[in-house]
Amino acid sequence: MKQPAAFELREVAVSFGRQDVLRGVTTRIPAGETIAVIGESGCGKTVFLKLLVGLLAPTSGTIHFDGLRITGSSERELFQARLRIGFLFQSGALFDSLSVFDNVAFGLRAQKKWTDKEIADKVHERLTEVGMPDGAAVKMPAELSGGMKKRVGLARALALDPEVMLYDEPTTGLDPIMTDVINRLIVAVRRRRPITSVIVTHEMRTVRAVADRVVMLYPLRHLGPDQAQVIYDGPPTGLEGHADSRVRNFVAGDSETAIVE
Amino acid sequence: MAQGIILGRDINRAMIALGDWSAFAGHALRGLVGARTRSGTLISICYSIGVMSVPVIVITGFFIGMVLAVQAYAQYHNLGLDTWLGSMIHQSVIRELGPVLAAVMLAGRVGSAMAAELGTMKVTEQIDALACLGVDPVHYLVVPRFLACVLLIPLLTVLANVAGVIGAAVICLSIYHIDAHHYWQHGRDFIDLSDVILNLIKPVFFGAFIALISCHRGFRCRGGSEGVGRASTEAFVWSFLAILVLDFFLGLTINSIKSRWLDLDMVKLTS
Repeated sequence: MKQPAAFELREVAVSFGRQDVLRGVTTRIPAGETIAVIGESGCGKTVFLKLLVGLLAPTSGTIHFDGLRITGSSERELFQARLRIGFLFQSGALFDSLSVFDNVAFGLRAQKKWTDKEIADKVHERLTEVGMPDGAAVKMPAELSGGMKKRVGLARALALDPEVMLYDEPTTGLDPIMTDVINRLIVAVRRRRPITSVIVTHEMRTVRAVADRVVMLYPLRHLGPDQAQVIYDGPPTGLEGHADSRVRNFVAGDSETAIVE
Repeated sequence: MAQGIILGRDINRAMIALGDWSAFAGHALRGLVGARTRSGTLISICYSIGVMSVPVIVITGFFIGMVLAVQAYAQYHNLGLDTWLGSMIHQSVIRELGPVLAAVMLAGRVGSAMAAELGTMKVTEQIDALACLGVDPVHYLVVPRFLACVLLIPLLTVLANVAGVIGAAVICLSIYHIDAHHYWQHGRDFIDLSDVILNLIKPVFFGAFIALISCHRGFRCRGGSEGVGRASTEAFVWSFLAILVLDFFLGLTINSIKSRWLDLDMVKLTS
């Protein structure tokens, strides 16, 4: 079994044109840990996640993945690194011209390492793992519900046996039952294999259910030039009683601070 | 002063966009060497770009020929040059109107569709998903579209040329009752094989630029359905401009190649 990897971010900043999204973010994600990145909309959570897999490049700062410097590495090195990282997109991002089976088999076929039989076995194994019913493999993404799309997206991300799983808002837009199903799946995925997980979310149920550690980002538009963007970095249990009212308000879903601002 | 600053900013933005497109085109062209395109993917894109475009190309070509005949007949008839209509129409269709109008139609039909399809993939994160599965999205998505455009747009241009020649002949021979023998004779005298072949170089370039511009707009699409619509419109507008600019420079190049060949022929004849 492969060993889990770790990320290290140093003084990472991201800007799109004149709009600063992340500034001075320094954190370490140890191997095997499950980290939840929380914060209100527009604070740069998804940007943070896409930096880890090299889909976005930081404006300044460095990101290391298991010793490899993601920033400044070649396209080939990036593609090799990405094979070790699974990514569950917010919408599932299933290829809409391919069936569920072909979606899950896509990464396996692209590697040209396995026979058709081995690929079929792996696809069925992953679809069973995420609880997709028999017969779903032949369906097209348009025929699936939101929860099913996320489960197929998770099966596709797990197909290549990644060492790291990145989840972008895995429970957003789902009903409470399906939210619980996805939360349980995330926990089960971690239990079955040694895997590092980073979950971007603003659902506190998800945070409490799955995270070992929480990093909270605050939108730069509400911060002064010298204020840190990471306003909380610790266990989920420390969120409620934290001294910073911005953390407490977010956890309690209290909009008082936002209205004053 | 303020206008100068705005102009400077616009030029700067245009240069950045051109640089970005050049890097994208270079990345895609590198994929022609290294990337493996699945034959199934290529065939399905060829079908959608080539076969599905046949009706619109044939109709466009046919009407270009007919309109040319109708517009030119009165002037040629007054001078008693009816039978020379064939030479003018065939030259116009094969040298200019066939390639350019076929390319413009394809920029509208194929280019916009490619930009919309890739733009939708971009905003629904399917392109990011490809990258996360260890596949180069530019090689995987752009290379087959580029190949299909470069291979099929010249063939569709031949079809547009043939339809234009037939359309003109229908009007000239059936409606205006021009003498068929002299009509075809004059038509043939002013068009030779080098015209046909050299003017098929144009559609190769048109196809390459339509594919690279449209795919680039799709890949750079942002902002949901509105962004997809914008990408689709930009793909057509930029492809259209590229076709006109390329047509001018390729026309100059082809003419200089032809005159050089003719000079060589003259040398051969005199020696």
